[in-house]
Amino acid sequence: MNQANQSTLAAGSSTDPAAEAAALDAMFVDTIDRLCADQANRALREQAEDGVWPAALWAAFDEIGLVRCLVSEAAGGAGISLCSALRALKRTAYHAVPLPLAESMMATRLLQAAGLEVPEGVLTVARLDPEGAMPRVAWGERAGFIVTVGAGGDGDTVSLLSGRATLIRQEKNLAGEPRPTLGRAGLQQVAHAQLGGAANLLELYGALARSAQMAGALERALHLSLEYANERVQFGRPIGKFQAVQHLLAVQASHAAAASAACDAAIDASLDAPESFLVALAKARTSEAAGQGADIAHQVHGAMGFTREHSLHHVTRRLYAWRDEYGGEAYWQQRIGRLICAQGADAFWPMLTGL
Amino acid sequence: MHQFKFDPVRLPESAGALRREVRAFIAAQVAARRFDPRLNSWGSRDDEFSRECGRRGYIGMCWPKCYGGHERSALERYVVVEEMLAGGAPVGAHWVADRQSGNQILRHGSERARQLILPRIAAGECYFSIGMSEPDSGSDLAAVRTKAVRAEGGWSITGTKVWTSFAHHAHYLIALARTEAKDANRHAGLTQFIVDMSRPGIGVRPIYNLYGGHDFNEVVFDNCFVEDDMVVGEVGGGWGMVTRELAFERSGPDRFMSTFQLLLESISKVGGDPDECAATEIGRLCAHLATLRRMSSSIAGALDRGANPALEAALVKDLGTSFEREVPEVFRRLLPVEPTLGKEASYGELLGMTVLHAPSFTLRGGTREILRGMIARGLGLR
Repeated sequence: MNQANQSTLAAGSSTDPAAEAAALDAMFVDTIDRLCADQANRALREQAEDGVWPAALWAAFDEIGLVRCLVSEAAGGAGISLCSALRALKRTAYHAVPLPLAESMMATRLLQAAGLEVPEGVLTVARLDPEGAMPRVAWGERAGFIVTVGAGGDGDTVSLLSGRATLIRQEKNLAGEPRPTLGRAGLQQVAHAQLGGAANLLELYGALARSAQMAGALERALHLSLEYANERVQFGRPIGKFQAVQHLLAVQASHAAAASAACDAAIDASLDAPESFLVALAKARTSEAAGQGADIAHQVHGAMGFTREHSLHHVTRRLYAWRDEYGGEAYWQQRIGRLICAQGADAFWPMLTGL
Repeated sequence: MHQFKFDPVRLPESAGALRREVRAFIAAQVAARRFDPRLNSWGSRDDEFSRECGRRGYIGMCWPKCYGGHERSALERYVVVEEMLAGGAPVGAHWVADRQSGNQILRHGSERARQLILPRIAAGECYFSIGMSEPDSGSDLAAVRTKAVRAEGGWSITGTKVWTSFAHHAHYLIALARTEAKDANRHAGLTQFIVDMSRPGIGVRPIYNLYGGHDFNEVVFDNCFVEDDMVVGEVGGGWGMVTRELAFERSGPDRFMSTFQLLLESISKVGGDPDECAATEIGRLCAHLATLRRMSSSIAGALDRGANPALEAALVKDLGTSFEREVPEVFRRLLPVEPTLGKEASYGELLGMTVLHAPSFTLRGGTREILRGMIARGLGLR
């Protein structure tokens, strides 16, 4: 991280911590916007989908401190809060950045929770199944380190692995982001620790990160739709002048706003670790909004948006992919519903107001 | 383009104690069989309950003490309001006066109007109706034809208002009337008047709703006299006031809590061990409700700061009323109960009552289509 950014990200000594944090978040968002305007373009996203690692963009994110933002300043990171990191992540999704930034954050937090050192490099996370396979590992082949979570007889474990994993199956999510299933053979264990509830923690971090990403992508989908509706002329006027289209866009704005509110509620409450019930609510709400928002974006864009030539698909395919990663809305809705029913109707309102 | 802002709010320190106090009050009322929460919404009225709310300081909470208010924050009021709705309290008598009419009088009314009316509203003794819609002027509010013409010492009002909830119980009605002929600017020349419902020249006729209930009315003014100091704000400046008033009318928890009692009863009926389908549906509704609460309280925070969150309010009302309407639909699919008419508070009757009230949720206070038009304007499309 260079000197200028160090001063951007380092905590100051203002008297109002909340205002200071908000200012810091805003600065981070500005930095991300500038960086993405320069570099996170459509050609780069297409190359990334074809398997070219966007090394320069990764280096740029490393430079501004986002890659190691959750590592303490003493250990060479930016040392920002989990909330700030998630807000930054939301913004990277607005720009459809094709990098494992979410995974990097999640890996960092899992290692920290397990009391392990965070290595420098590209990190990702994986669930280790009993047969030793790791299903659908984000950027699994590109990552220098994989932080795995396994359920052992004595409780959950966190392992830091490095090396070249065995490829079991090459897969991608709907957005073309790599999600290969890997085998443990070929990987060396660098560090290892017991961590009770690690599997659950990974799921919560994943759901929280994807919620933030979906909220960011929904905002971008809305902006693209508005731009298109104002530009595209049919029947002698921009289609945004038609009431039918205006109402579609109003509904899209509502989905984006609701997703953002649900995700912000979870972010604000996740000071040191994910607040599990709010994360469940956030993932349930944002996953539902993701599909609806993407659907409207496509309806507004017409056939043009259905092509690979238009850039809408960079955000909508992410929305269609992310809504099902770390549990789709039905999964989380069911968990929430079971909890509510088990506690009974009398406990429902006090629970809501206690959030 | 308007940036829709839903800044998070932190409820004040006092909120916890206030919440417990209101909850205990409602529980005691229910235990004493003062009302049955299952049958109520903010459309249910009970004058004695409203007076009790007044005695306890739950009405006019944000108004100055010199007008009978309690100088509390909009967020403290938010807590009381949502607890009343969650508890199924019969708040209908004072609802409109507390939510919007009183605010209008406080901000734009004459000193005499404030002193005469606000303390009585805050005491839970004085009730208001809204006189905006007309037979030929519903969503197109600027088309109102009710006229006010100069009379000695005041104005004389003639015209017809409809959908006037509880006009048959109200002490006052705030009527929007045309005080100048319509010109190119159709929003100009409209004025709001505080009409004393005990005056001669007012006819109230019931209009029965889909459920068979009598909430709203047709109100006919025939040369009804209103004093000069019962004009609200500037003569001809009614439109701006009405649109700001709607931010109060539209943003509150009453726009997503109308079917909360059915939701609670349904959770009980589903029981502690739901099947996959029931758990998913209940979880989904909960995720929506929790999000709506966050957005709505954010608007209360904005009102507290003196902002005008009219567009955010429109967005929350659209989302909130859609949620309210989904609740009966979800449970009529999940539970093998035929909805039925009746007022004994069986599950079937509760479901039936909700089904037959639901269409009004996306009409009252601005239809879904009007709201979406406002949101579209905020998005820069109109």
